[in-house]
Amino acid sequence: MEYFIELFLSGLTRGSIYALIALGYTMVYGIIGLINFAHGEIYMIGAFTAFIISTVLSIYGFPLLGIIVLAGLAAAVWASAYGYTIEKLAYRPLRHAPRLSPLISAIGMSIFLQNYVLLAQTSDFLPFPELIPEFDFMEPVAHIIGSSDLVIILTTAAAMVILTLVIKFTRIGKAMRATSQDRMMAMLTGINVDRVISTTFIIGSTLAAVGGLLIASHIGQINFFIGFIAGIKAFTAAVLGGIGSIPGAVLGGFVLGLTESFATGYVSSDYEDVFAFSLLVLILIFKPSGILGRAEIQKV
Amino acid sequence: MISMEELKRSFKASVWFMFLTFPILVIKVNPIEKTVIWRWENMAFVGIGVFMLSILIRAFYIHRERLRSLTISKKRFGYIGDEPLVQFILREPKYLYPLAAATLLFALLFPSLFDTYQTNVMTTALMYVVLGLGLNIVVGVAGLLDLGYVAFYAVGAYSYALLNLHFDLGFWAILPMGALLAAMFGIVLGFPVLRLRGDYLAIVTLGFGEIIRLVLENWSEFSQGPSGISNIPRPGFFGMEMDLNSAIVYMYYLVVGLVIITIFVVNRLQDSRLGRAWIALREDEIACQAMGIDKTKTKLTAFALGATWAGIVGVIFAAKTTFINPASFTFLESAIILSIVVLGGMGSILGVIIGALILILLPEYLRALSEYRMLAFGAILVLMMVFRPQGIIANVRRSYQFKKSAKEGDA
Repeated sequence: MEYFIELFLSGLTRGSIYALIALGYTMVYGIIGLINFAHGEIYMIGAFTAFIISTVLSIYGFPLLGIIVLAGLAAAVWASAYGYTIEKLAYRPLRHAPRLSPLISAIGMSIFLQNYVLLAQTSDFLPFPELIPEFDFMEPVAHIIGSSDLVIILTTAAAMVILTLVIKFTRIGKAMRATSQDRMMAMLTGINVDRVISTTFIIGSTLAAVGGLLIASHIGQINFFIGFIAGIKAFTAAVLGGIGSIPGAVLGGFVLGLTESFATGYVSSDYEDVFAFSLLVLILIFKPSGILGRAEIQKV
Repeated sequence: MISMEELKRSFKASVWFMFLTFPILVIKVNPIEKTVIWRWENMAFVGIGVFMLSILIRAFYIHRERLRSLTISKKRFGYIGDEPLVQFILREPKYLYPLAAATLLFALLFPSLFDTYQTNVMTTALMYVVLGLGLNIVVGVAGLLDLGYVAFYAVGAYSYALLNLHFDLGFWAILPMGALLAAMFGIVLGFPVLRLRGDYLAIVTLGFGEIIRLVLENWSEFSQGPSGISNIPRPGFFGMEMDLNSAIVYMYYLVVGLVIITIFVVNRLQDSRLGRAWIALREDEIACQAMGIDKTKTKLTAFALGATWAGIVGVIFAAKTTFINPASFTFLESAIILSIVVLGGMGSILGVIIGALILILLPEYLRALSEYRMLAFGAILVLMMVFRPQGIIANVRRSYQFKKSAKEGDA
């Protein structure tokens, strides 16, 4: 039973991270109908920025709390700057191009960013500083759930609540919902659609950066390639929940995280990634609209 | 010319990029020795580079606007825009045949003109030509974005390696079997996913590609795992024993032959009933179904035929390198082949050939730049989509024209 709970909690942790990244996919898809292939790379860049800033600060002897705040801030700022720039350079000129064009452009962007980080930094795995301390009050349950797991789950929950509030109650949230329902109509009512799209990329990238920071500190190492697998898995989560639907992305993240955790725990850990990919293929074949998504009806 | 306003915008862009690249390009930390290296020179490079580039792009746009207004005014005086020279040569047998013959002659003489190393490099490039042409059927002609093309390549390579290992079959026996196996994989994988829309298809094929690689890596009893299979025999030629040099030259001629066959088949396919169905499907799926084209069957044949070429090249790859392991079949390989098709021009045979030669030979000869190879491939995909989506050599739609003769003009 204890093993089960342990697997369940580690699944929740994984699922939280997947959900954070999946939100970026699902929001962008909801608004411009594009699978932002480079989103995994944004997550990686967020984690890398946090790594660089926190290591520099710790070398110069900053206190831990200051490091956490500054590294988190830097990760969010730079990740959203990258997200904004990518949208402007690689997707905006293709807004009216055939459907395949922005997708190919996104794949190119993803390869470019991976190799940019590889060349500018290194191809080795780097040790990520432990930003989340072990809490004393977690001592009695430490063998089941670590402090970093708790922080990850709580941060994700907080991020979800803030995002929901932003989308439900703010002006820009309203504009985002309107744009995703009907872009042309939103434009006619005076919404600056370009700005809404940019904001979407910025929000999605910030969430991905938070995810990157948390997971890197949890696992304790980082590499230029982490974005590829994480990106595909988060995409799987988004599709699983129903792409375009925000609660769906969260649900999909948790379902995927738990599936992976149980499958590696009870079946075999060699095929960890195969489970995720097979799950993706199965959903797309049997229920492409996902758990919470609406089936898309094509009108002529 | 470029105004002050534009200069200011370029300057802003360069400042933005200096900010953007600051942590990753400028700071390099060593977490173990606890040292920090500040590489400020990189920031200067980025600043100057972006400024220059942005001015160039602005100049390009201004130039294009001017050209556009020129052609419009020309058309007003009854002048019809000239077709590109390449298309003209392709259309005129008078020029096409001698050129093709010269190219063929050069290809045949290549091993005697250059040394073995060059021949070997050329063989690799020609293999990518075939891969590019195969993927071109799927992506360029039928418009199905396949990101797991390398899986079929792996199927071909592993079927040669494994069948040879266990059943001691020869190269020539396995070549058609590898092609058939890859085609069957194409159908098996294609059948469930082809109902999906374009962008989902891309992700699922990517997933399939990764699954195949992961299975090859982890199922050691079947594929010998990450250490791969070595000592794969080279192809025989009526039982003749060959030394390494002549084996390489023989391999080269084999691939040249394959390229010629591929060009012939792909060219004929594009103009066939099936090829026209593919193009129609690419342009508008619903209209195409309304015209009575079986969507699933047409897509499946595209998938299977594309996979066939990958299977054949896979067998040849295994025979050429005599050693394979799963590391040769990563997503990056698929990305390279996709870059070839996109750079050359989707759907254009000549374009794909030129694209493959550029992308494979250039990094080979510019060794200093080979580090930046993948960076360039990524950039190519983005830049081509933004600035020239039709590729280096655009595909022209086959069209029929009535030639006006003098007599008809009278009537």
